[in-house]
Amino acid sequence: MDLSAINPVLLIASLMVAATPLLLAAIGELVVEKAGVLNLGVEGMMIVGAIAGFATAVESGSPLLGFVAAAFAGAALSILFAILTQFAQANQVASGLSLTLFGLGLSALMGQTYVGIKPPRMGDIHLPVLSDLPVVGPILFGHDIILYFGIALTAAVWWVLKYSRLGLVLRAVGENHDAAHALGYKVLKIRLLAIMFGGACAGLGGAYISLIRVPQWTEGMTAGIGWIALALVVFASWKPWRALLGAYLFGGVTVVQLNLQAAGVAIPVEYLAMSPYLITILVLVILSADKSSAPASLGRNFHASR
Amino acid sequence: MIRLEKRPQPSRAWSMATPLVAVLATMFFGGLLFAVLGKPPVEAIRTIFWEPLFGEFSFYYRPQLLVKGAPLVLIAIGLSLGFRAGIWNIGAEGQYIMGAICGAGAGLAFYPADSFLIFPLMVVAGALGGWAWAMIPAVLKTRFGTNEILVSLMLVYVAEQFLASVSLGLLKNPEGFGFPGSRNLQSWDSAHNAELIAGTGMHWGVVAALIAVIFAYVLLNRHMTGYHIRLTGEAPRAAKFAGVNPTRLVLFCLGTSGALAGLAGLFEVSGPSGQISIDFNVGYGFTAIIVAFLGRLHPVGILLAGGLMALTYIGGDIAQSNLQLPAAAIQVFQGMLLFFLLAFDLLTNFRIAIGKPEVA
Repeated sequence: MDLSAINPVLLIASLMVAATPLLLAAIGELVVEKAGVLNLGVEGMMIVGAIAGFATAVESGSPLLGFVAAAFAGAALSILFAILTQFAQANQVASGLSLTLFGLGLSALMGQTYVGIKPPRMGDIHLPVLSDLPVVGPILFGHDIILYFGIALTAAVWWVLKYSRLGLVLRAVGENHDAAHALGYKVLKIRLLAIMFGGACAGLGGAYISLIRVPQWTEGMTAGIGWIALALVVFASWKPWRALLGAYLFGGVTVVQLNLQAAGVAIPVEYLAMSPYLITILVLVILSADKSSAPASLGRNFHASR
Repeated sequence: MIRLEKRPQPSRAWSMATPLVAVLATMFFGGLLFAVLGKPPVEAIRTIFWEPLFGEFSFYYRPQLLVKGAPLVLIAIGLSLGFRAGIWNIGAEGQYIMGAICGAGAGLAFYPADSFLIFPLMVVAGALGGWAWAMIPAVLKTRFGTNEILVSLMLVYVAEQFLASVSLGLLKNPEGFGFPGSRNLQSWDSAHNAELIAGTGMHWGVVAALIAVIFAYVLLNRHMTGYHIRLTGEAPRAAKFAGVNPTRLVLFCLGTSGALAGLAGLFEVSGPSGQISIDFNVGYGFTAIIVAFLGRLHPVGILLAGGLMALTYIGGDIAQSNLQLPAAAIQVFQGMLLFFLLAFDLLTNFRIAIGKPEVA
């Protein structure tokens, strides 16, 4: 075992990369849940985004186009969920599960011919001077553009939810849909848009895994990241900045356990690989005592009777 | 103008009809999907639904129906109890794995002893393994209010890693020339879950599945606990006033579904699969969720739905070899089924009204 082989600067830089898919998916789901909808299909939307983005990037040669396609694919899949829950009034838990099962199958079907292919590489930004700084350079100024987009999106969602009229309406719909309806807001329309936003974010997160983090396509490659993102929203008490913190924490756990595997620590690989899931459970236990910040209408369907 | 009007009571007729309508819709859209993939749609659908039952080689496939259906029914029966009460155990796959590991481990501890007690011991250990794995989300939910959906699902990934660990270490066959995987239980009579009647596919897992169906039916219709489960699902407030103990209900529902999933895993590992290996689990725990909903969370319905789902597995295999239909296409097909079921369920609770609402 050789722990000195682990470079702390690289560790932090790769931690940020590992955290980004989680962050993107969690921010999307946070907005969905703020609107009072519980979409358990994050994993399914992520994996479909992963293959849609991967295929588009390979065919077109442009990773950026891949990300756009992934966002569209995630949003398209989320519309199915919206139809089921918002119009057909189906149970949200069951619908979300069906979305995940369907997405896993669909992605495997779409990805058959893409196994073992290398996608075009997304270049890291390079700022003169800044990116070459020791320590700070690789951590702050040496990443791909989507990683910064994830952080910017967090800031944007925070601002919109806290300071804008749109955010106020969205939260009103999530807290009490009957009151929001009585005030004349279109509950279903707002929820539909929120669900699509969540789908697009999950798609982006999935594509980040297949195009940047791994980068490769394998069946079921999201390996529960979508579910961890759902846990992250609870961890964050529905607050965007805390989602960022949580994503970096989980990213850190993932990266540290991978580094420990590589360094050959005496703990068997399988037990190290369990750790992100076990820590998710632990965090859920610690934070579940306080449910006061959950949107009051979360998971309840709305049907305008008159 | 088309509107949705809430029915005063869910329609019984539609509740029975929606699974059939959903299957027909899935056949239609599945056929479209197969056509897009460049396969003959009618031929593919016929291969999936007809070939295993009445085709040329049906003498081989019919027993498979029981072999594939039994774990699905066993798991789905357990899940349906919780789903009815709004307790969502979606980690049955993990409980299935842990049941198989515990059951096989308990048996292998006595290798190569020869006793009729070994198999019953394995059955008990398998059920306990699944039960214990399901108790983790149950206890965390009742003690700390943790979301059982997320915890039970996280534990699937943990169980998969544990499975890899034991097939490479603890339970590895010492005479296996270094290959991962345990000893083959099929070649050890005391632990083999053999066919009870040769050539029928009927093994102890099938018997257990049928018992579970009867048990669940009696529980839900004739027993206080079953009444509490239904009450909690249909009228949570009324259940609270009636003094239903939610803690007991969570422990009971999750524990039962875990034990049944563990049993399914044990019967699989000691019978059709034969050994603990890294890729032992094939997703029965997740497909059983579809089975539970397709069977309307009703024991008899689940029995029928389990048969249908087993049919798509076997028919899918045949279509894979005869028509080169990709395995993933069958997965999409199964996923579609749940979609259509949930969508058509609208007609159970709502009626479609045309024209302007009357002014009261």
